[in-house]
Amino acid sequence: MKRDSDEYDVLIVGGGPSGISAAIRLKQLALEHNKEVRVCVIEKAPEIGAHTLSGACIETRALDKLFPNWKELDIPVKQPVTSESIAILTEKGRIPLPVFPGIPLYNHGNYIVRLGHVVKWLGEKAEEMGVEVFSGFAGQEVLYNQDGSVKGVATNDVGIAKDGSPKDGFQRGMELHSKCTLFAEGCRGHLTKQILKKFNLLKEPMSFGIGYKELWEIDPAKHKPGYIEHTLGWPLRLGEYGGSFLYHIEDNGQPLVAIGFIIGLDYKDPYINTFREFQKYKTHPSIRKHLEGGKRIGYGARAVNEGGYQSVPKLVFPGGCIIGCSGSLLNIAKLKGTHNAMMSGMLAAEAIFPDIDKSTITPEKYETLLNDSFVMKELKATRNVRPSFNFKGGWITGLAYTSLYYVLGRGIEPWTLHHGKPDNEKLEPKEKHKPREYPKPDGEITFDILTSVALTGTNHEEDQPSHLTLYDDNIPEAVNLKAYDGPEAKYCPAGVYEFVPGTSSGLRLQINAQNCIHCKTCDIKDPTQNINWVAPEGGGGPKYDGM
Amino acid sequence: MRVLVGVKRVIDFAVKVRVKPDKTSVVTDNVPHSMNPFDEIALEEAVKLKEANHAKEIVAFSLGPAKNQEILRTALAKGADKAIHLEVDDATYQKVEPFHVAQAIAKLAKDEKFDLVFLGKQAIDDDANQTGQLVAGFLNWPQATFASKVETEGTSHLKVTREIDGGLETIKVKLPAVLTADLRLNEPRYATLPNIMKAKKKPIDKKTPKDLGLDLTSQTEVLEVSEPPTRKGGEFVEDVPTLVKKLKEKGAL
Repeated sequence: MKRDSDEYDVLIVGGGPSGISAAIRLKQLALEHNKEVRVCVIEKAPEIGAHTLSGACIETRALDKLFPNWKELDIPVKQPVTSESIAILTEKGRIPLPVFPGIPLYNHGNYIVRLGHVVKWLGEKAEEMGVEVFSGFAGQEVLYNQDGSVKGVATNDVGIAKDGSPKDGFQRGMELHSKCTLFAEGCRGHLTKQILKKFNLLKEPMSFGIGYKELWEIDPAKHKPGYIEHTLGWPLRLGEYGGSFLYHIEDNGQPLVAIGFIIGLDYKDPYINTFREFQKYKTHPSIRKHLEGGKRIGYGARAVNEGGYQSVPKLVFPGGCIIGCSGSLLNIAKLKGTHNAMMSGMLAAEAIFPDIDKSTITPEKYETLLNDSFVMKELKATRNVRPSFNFKGGWITGLAYTSLYYVLGRGIEPWTLHHGKPDNEKLEPKEKHKPREYPKPDGEITFDILTSVALTGTNHEEDQPSHLTLYDDNIPEAVNLKAYDGPEAKYCPAGVYEFVPGTSSGLRLQINAQNCIHCKTCDIKDPTQNINWVAPEGGGGPKYDGM
Repeated sequence: MRVLVGVKRVIDFAVKVRVKPDKTSVVTDNVPHSMNPFDEIALEEAVKLKEANHAKEIVAFSLGPAKNQEILRTALAKGADKAIHLEVDDATYQKVEPFHVAQAIAKLAKDEKFDLVFLGKQAIDDDANQTGQLVAGFLNWPQATFASKVETEGTSHLKVTREIDGGLETIKVKLPAVLTADLRLNEPRYATLPNIMKAKKKPIDKKTPKDLGLDLTSQTEVLEVSEPPTRKGGEFVEDVPTLVKKLKEKGAL
């Protein structure tokens, strides 16, 4: 069956902060120069913003350039940071750290937002400006011209049964051809993964974390709008990278708190249960006091870039470029990526526009523009912060290194520390570690994973092939379970991977693909990289509301 | 045969619903919405009738605020030829009841000479299950509700199998008639990307309540919306005698 196709000037895969900013910027330039530019954005979520998950405490430097008058518009960026604290948690105690200008986590002048709502607003603006936005459609296949340059993307076929046969409703996907294709899929994009390999763009492996987030409606008496805090330490052990965020935001009269936890996926101990570490963190006396008497209204998780500067690949390839977190542009030291993502999208647009009449556009200028902008400058300055946490002293060495070199020199040291092997290769065999005990969920502050997944609103058409594909069906039992005690059942935030009694003695892997919340952690952390996340039928996945 | 299909924009079925603090309704702002699943099924059946050459034209209809346009575009992408949007503002929409929607549909069906009104059996937000029946009442047309199979009998009748408590019931209705769709009637097709693009060019006719002479006086008043009581945990018992004892303790036996 042949596929329908359509032609665009620019095709953007992914309707998040970077993709939509790129689309808007292209339309702004088109308007300025009185030109017609056909821009298309495809997004796998059923609505723009439904797959967006972030803290988020954002810098508005990119927004200031995209919409200089944003304060007068009704964009949901309304909660400025009013006070902040940073602390190291111990099991019962809390050691405050000083907060002052110059440290990466200094947030004066920034805004707390519900990023999903901001992205939704940006999407509406893009449509008003004539961008063709198609949500509910996932990119499945990259298309190439005869000369090997990228020709566009095809959306996935729909109506395929679990066993791979076509159902009554079978429909082929559509081909979207364009002069220039931007990959804006966010952290660990599945098509970006292919592009990185095809054009050999990776210089150093990327490194990631898994970020959990819950949204709580709390007791108004405890609400301090604009208060933010970050913690390190407990419940993670020395040598395990990670920490928390807690942001008080007033949203249309609602006293909300965004609370979350990031765990570096370079962890060695296969017994770590990432979901339960997050739940455990909330039980700390200084944390639970915010939540007591409140109600959890949202839950979700997403992999996050930690690699920063060292992991930024070559971003331009024949026929397009990579923008946003797909290109490792998040600054983990500051815990911020939105401003970099938006700026990269805008700069890509500026690099593409002058060549808009060419038949294939390879925006070489994009990398130059990016290097000259705050994006690469700040990534370079903070490049040694994250790796400094990998020395034997864990966060002690990390903080010591950071305070000396970042605050006094702001990253001018001539050396660059490296992340080393990719995250999945850092996992150690179970013999070197011991199983961990976690407290039972109390149903008030802490919860079990299935109740949590229900809050994401995730769903997928049941009768479709599993989108969590295995290269080798034997590896989960033969390797993952045997050598590592089945880490996938412990790092997945949605209970997708379960080891259940098999037919013969022993356990087998059951993949509950329907639960998946598209976080991409399994694609990152599987020890032998046996799991390959591909896009399920578009429109599936979580239905986050302002996360 | 010209078919009018009613489609409602409801909170997506997978989303966890929250009650507003003032207990007047549920939170809908910014919550993901989609087309009522039973309406999708009604639309699919109508399109199938057209593909089998029994119907000539499918018109989708929705009453609601501006956002309802998205649902109508989806209907156009799934095979409707035209769409009619009866637009009211958010505040008015809060007070709209099946009684009003049925009036609007009945007026349209009469004025624009539709032969078949096809609705979902109920909406998943209010579970009212009234609109189809009310439309038939207003028009004095025959109705076949909870349809799980629809066949034509010549050009003047439809043979409809209905899902009822005892099993299945098959009836013959004379056109013009009102049908409501039940779950097992069909499996709706996907709105493919090419069809969504083509749907952007199909017309959406705008109407106001005044155009239809619609009286939006409330027939009912919502007193309170509250969450169901939280489920208490259960417990395992060792054996049947203990089970009987516990049931007696709780006054269930």
